[in-house]
Amino acid sequence: MIKISNLKAKIDNKEILRGLNLEVKAGEVHAIMGPNGSGKSTLANVLTGNENYEVTEGEVIFNGKNLLNLNPEDRAREGLFLGFQYPVEIPGVSNATFLQTAINEIRKYNNLPEITPKEFLDRMKEKAKIVGMDSSLISRAVNTGFSGGEKKKNEIFQLLMLNPKLAILDETDSGLDIDALRIVSQGVNEFKNENNAVILVTHYQRLLDYIVPDFIHVLYQGKIIKSGGKDLALELEEKGYDWITKGEK
Amino acid sequence: MSVEVQKNNPIDHYVSSAENAIRNSESNYLSELQKQATLQLQKSQFPTLKDEDWKYTNLKKLLSYQFVHTSNLEKVILPKSDIDNLKFGSFDSYLLVFVNGIFEKHLSDYSELSNKVFINTISDSFVSDNEIAKKYFSHIGANNTAFDLLNLSNFVGGLFVHIPKNVVIDKPIQILNITGNAGDISFSSSRNLIVAGENSQSTFVQKHIGIEGKTYFNNISTEIVIEQNGIVNFYNVELDNDDSFHLEKTDVYQNRDSQFHHYNFTFGGKLVRNDISTKLDAENVECTLNGLYIANDNQHIDNSTFINHAKPHSTSNQLYKGILDGKSNGVFSGKILVAKDAQLTNAYQNSNTILLSDEAKVDTRPQLEIYADDVKCTHGATVGQLDESALFYILTRGIPKDKAKSMLITAFAENVVADLKIAELKDEINHLIFKHLNRVEIL
Repeated sequence: MIKISNLKAKIDNKEILRGLNLEVKAGEVHAIMGPNGSGKSTLANVLTGNENYEVTEGEVIFNGKNLLNLNPEDRAREGLFLGFQYPVEIPGVSNATFLQTAINEIRKYNNLPEITPKEFLDRMKEKAKIVGMDSSLISRAVNTGFSGGEKKKNEIFQLLMLNPKLAILDETDSGLDIDALRIVSQGVNEFKNENNAVILVTHYQRLLDYIVPDFIHVLYQGKIIKSGGKDLALELEEKGYDWITKGEK
Repeated sequence: MSVEVQKNNPIDHYVSSAENAIRNSESNYLSELQKQATLQLQKSQFPTLKDEDWKYTNLKKLLSYQFVHTSNLEKVILPKSDIDNLKFGSFDSYLLVFVNGIFEKHLSDYSELSNKVFINTISDSFVSDNEIAKKYFSHIGANNTAFDLLNLSNFVGGLFVHIPKNVVIDKPIQILNITGNAGDISFSSSRNLIVAGENSQSTFVQKHIGIEGKTYFNNISTEIVIEQNGIVNFYNVELDNDDSFHLEKTDVYQNRDSQFHHYNFTFGGKLVRNDISTKLDAENVECTLNGLYIANDNQHIDNSTFINHAKPHSTSNQLYKGILDGKSNGVFSGKILVAKDAQLTNAYQNSNTILLSDEAKVDTRPQLEIYADDVKCTHGATVGQLDESALFYILTRGIPKDKAKSMLITAFAENVVADLKIAELKDEINHLIFKHLNRVEIL
């Protein structure tokens, strides 16, 4: 699905990613953990094409295409999705308008006909139910006046609506109470199948109780310094990062 | 260095056109007022950049033209079908049509309204000795500047609308002001007086539309009196042609418990200046002066507001938003005066501007003069570009850049447009926003 090789990137002339390697195959869930400032969010932003970050070296192949040559909208149309750590409010644009525009732009790119209003409405109803969003939230402006939890649910709602090939979820679990965490996780589990993949960027092992990853990677100083199975998360929860990072300093 | 030769004093030009206008006046009362105004005009001067209230708006170009008074030109005849295309047609309204500053009864459509509301030309109102018209006409706004005097001395047609006590008007009153297409470069002075009686409720939608053709200069004055507990919504939409000049003055006097909600939308015109003032001269008065202006190319749009809190317990809200592209200029000057007596006043003012190009520019000038000590007054001004992080968010959903920008522009304009009480007008305004920025609409 995606192969990241020796990825180096900087922001404001500060090198954040320093040769990152990662391969994610269809059907897999990967979790990327690591202490603050290790480069987790940078990775998410670089992959989705945020212009504030400059890629200095490396290659990212996504479904056979050189991802780094594509602009952000084309990356999305190729099937990449970022669940934002801080979803943005867009007053005056309803969730429905926003998503219908997005779906049709993605379809147009892939030479598919526009979604019919009925199809769109049915899908909205179905997916909203999964994340427990009521219809009033859907007709409201994108994220406007939403609580933190509602914004995160809305990211997952968008994920389900757009149904991408690869979802990168940047701290989607941060700031959620346990009920909201369950709902968000349920949405991700609903999305996941053998043809797509998920990269979870998280601080907290707690999320991994609900979304079980196939692999866990520890990111530190812009590199993956340890990878393992789901048990690694428990070890990290227990011992922290020091035992891994000690040798790296 | 170039040497300026003052060929003609532009004042003289307008004085002689006033003399002509007064000669044709049917009301002695009015012609007396206009003669006085002409005398004062003769002694006055047009403002320059040295005048504090005009420091950002250069009038040199406007004053270099020898505009001909439209009443001295052959009348522009418009067929009724043109009116249907020019008015806001998406909602039902009573229609009052002006062509080049003159009220055109045969193009208007308000017969049902005239059962409840007194509507007549100002001149005829004076001929029939209407006391209310006499009491308020030219007394609401100050007649200080050369432009005020130009307007009063040169005006030939205008309406007096009196909404009696307790009358609630069921549909908006649409004032359609069509300008242009005259035989020469022309100017028109129009002047309306609206008196909203006690407990009355009304909504006005004024649409200024310039037809393509010769350059024109619109000088418009509206005086509004709102009696106790009356409510007036006034939506003003300016769509002048891009070669033309539009100076508009709106002066309001508010009595106890009254509400005035003014929304000003400017899309067209080469140079537009709006002066909107309201005097809150009793307790528990509420007023809103909001505006949205969109400019492109070399347009210059200047909005100046003045809120005069004269008595206690009143609230004023101001929100002006500008979207400037190309080499356009925007100005927002907002003055709030809180008199010593006006305790417990709430006055809020905000101005936000988005610059879509490096060459666009805005000047904001808030002025707060507060003499009472127990008041809540705030003002704020922001100038910025489209929010980059929001833009990125939209792009990551597969939406292309031009549409993403349109979404953010909609978002920016939203809280001015959202409050309009006519849903169809909101759609029309949103449509105009994109049309005037040459940008794509979202759906």
